[in-house]
Amino acid sequence: MAWNLRFRRKRDLPDGLWLKCLGCGQMVFAKQVEERNQVCPECNFHFRISAGERIRITVDEGTFEELYEDLEPVDYLDFTDRKSYRQRIDEEQAKTGLKDACIIGTASIGGHKTVFGVTDSNFMMGSMGAVVGEKVTLAAEEAVSRRLPLVLFSGSGGGARMQEGVISLSQMAKTAAAIARLHDARVPYISILTNPTMGGVAASWAALGDILIAEPKALIGFAGPRTIKLTLGIDLPDDFQSAEFLLSHGFMDMIVGRQNMKEELTRLLALLAPATHE
Amino acid sequence: MNNGNLDFEKPIMELERRILELESKTQERHTDLLALNQMRETLQNLTAEIFSKLSAWERVQVARHPERPQTIDYLGMVFDDFLELHGDRCFKDDPAIKAGLARLGERTVVVIGQHKGKDTRARLAANYGMPNPEGYRKALRVMRFAEKMRYPVISLIDTPGAFPGIGAEERGQFSAIASNLMEMARLRTPLIGVILAEGGSGGALGVAVVDRLLMLENAWFSVISPEGCAAILFKSNEKEKIAVAAEALKLTAVDLIGLNIVDEVISEPLGGAHRDPQQMAEMLKRALVKHMKELETVETDELLARRYNKWRSIGTLSQDTLVAGDNRGRQTGEDARREDTEGG
Ligand SMILES: [Zn+2]
Repeated sequence: MAWNLRFRRKRDLPDGLWLKCLGCGQMVFAKQVEERNQVCPECNFHFRISAGERIRITVDEGTFEELYEDLEPVDYLDFTDRKSYRQRIDEEQAKTGLKDACIIGTASIGGHKTVFGVTDSNFMMGSMGAVVGEKVTLAAEEAVSRRLPLVLFSGSGGGARMQEGVISLSQMAKTAAAIARLHDARVPYISILTNPTMGGVAASWAALGDILIAEPKALIGFAGPRTIKLTLGIDLPDDFQSAEFLLSHGFMDMIVGRQNMKEELTRLLALLAPATHE
Repeated sequence: MNNGNLDFEKPIMELERRILELESKTQERHTDLLALNQMRETLQNLTAEIFSKLSAWERVQVARHPERPQTIDYLGMVFDDFLELHGDRCFKDDPAIKAGLARLGERTVVVIGQHKGKDTRARLAANYGMPNPEGYRKALRVMRFAEKMRYPVISLIDTPGAFPGIGAEERGQFSAIASNLMEMARLRTPLIGVILAEGGSGGALGVAVVDRLLMLENAWFSVISPEGCAAILFKSNEKEKIAVAAEALKLTAVDLIGLNIVDEVISEPLGGAHRDPQQMAEMLKRALVKHMKELETVETDELLARRYNKWRSIGTLSQDTLVAGDNRGRQTGEDARREDTEGG
């Protein structure tokens, strides 16, 4: 399968290399971080991972079948800033091996079949343009027509993608409308928010799961911390917009570490299973 | 009208001043009246000329004109007997979003209106029109009342964006906006939105998932403000770069009709809405009544199917995926036309 070739390749980390942890600032053994699914052995910091890596560590081996893989970005606005959007897309595609920031498919987790999706924050910060919006919408529609639970991992520092202007913005409404139909059809939706999930992605489909799970210390919110700091001219609390902050303010159901994610999803899907077999 | 004139308005203001001067001096002499008439005609032509070729950035400035009519003006001029309702029933009353019952023509409607405030004090009180989560929650609970009573909802949109604040994040700005998007998509009553001036990103969209989205001629609607876009993409706050960003974002009413986001552009009086608020209000009212009457003839399931298609069809990328999902066979002529122009 094509996705195997594309995603199996792990981050290139030469043996014996040390890595500076972005969480605790300590030098940690790269190999050890990788063995723990890119989690710091010292402080439990969760490094960002690619969509391919996410699929590999989350779903049952060999069960992922990609859907809508041909969707490619369209330059609706003929947008150019310092470089053209076209050129940006080409560069991001070459860098990541992805067509855009989202991969959707069907997959089993602990034996439970799902419609499964991931956004990849390596591709233009995981921002949502028409491809991400369309794929998430199609995933929701697919989950309804197959009556399978929807499981989506979001990771987007960019929110709605500026280069597609109001087309991106409208994807918030489009995906939210599709999720509304999914709820009306009584199909469960588990949304896992990873570091970072901000702006238009947080404020649309990522927020609308029946169950909301965050990865530890993930940055989650609407306005970026820099924007808030600039607007208010004050320092922000240390844990501001962290997963833990959101849990304590009542906006997350749980925080689940990457090591336990598959196990917890399996438990959840088992509990949800009867509702999908009506 | 001497406050906050825009640069490109200056020739208009200058000519107006001269007309006023002559008017005060004139002794009803034939030659004076003739000269006056000529100057008035020149003024018309000059204004038409200037406003016919405004750049995107200039339109943004018209939208932000300090004397541009706002939600509170239209509440009085377009609607009868607006009765304000307060509070989100959870935390507090957000002054940046007004909500209430009113009459539009013969009908009782629910009005949601983003509110900026006129002078410094009012602006401060209204948080410069930047809603907090409780504003979106108030809007939603009043819209639910509209659904119960089958009242049409009229949403007046005018915000630079949702408020980026500590409290706003603590109370789940992302969650409040997302909920509105989802609930508006399935609210079982007609929804009409009008972008009056500024349609700032998710903060505007949070009250804009409607059946018909209208827009005043000089309003803007965008994923980000021109300033924000210039700051991120050009690392610049220079006027020239902001103007380039405004152009690139395709945020004007004409652009958005072309992109099938907006359903109708409402023309503004010559020189912008602030030159004749009363006339603007009349035109707005006519458009709202027309759309309300059209929507009221549509059966609710059909209304919701069309609303879904309206938003579903934006950014579908290719013909192959246009009819995906369960929308097959539900498309109206309008939707089909929309599709023809998309994906390229
Ligand atoms: Zn660490």
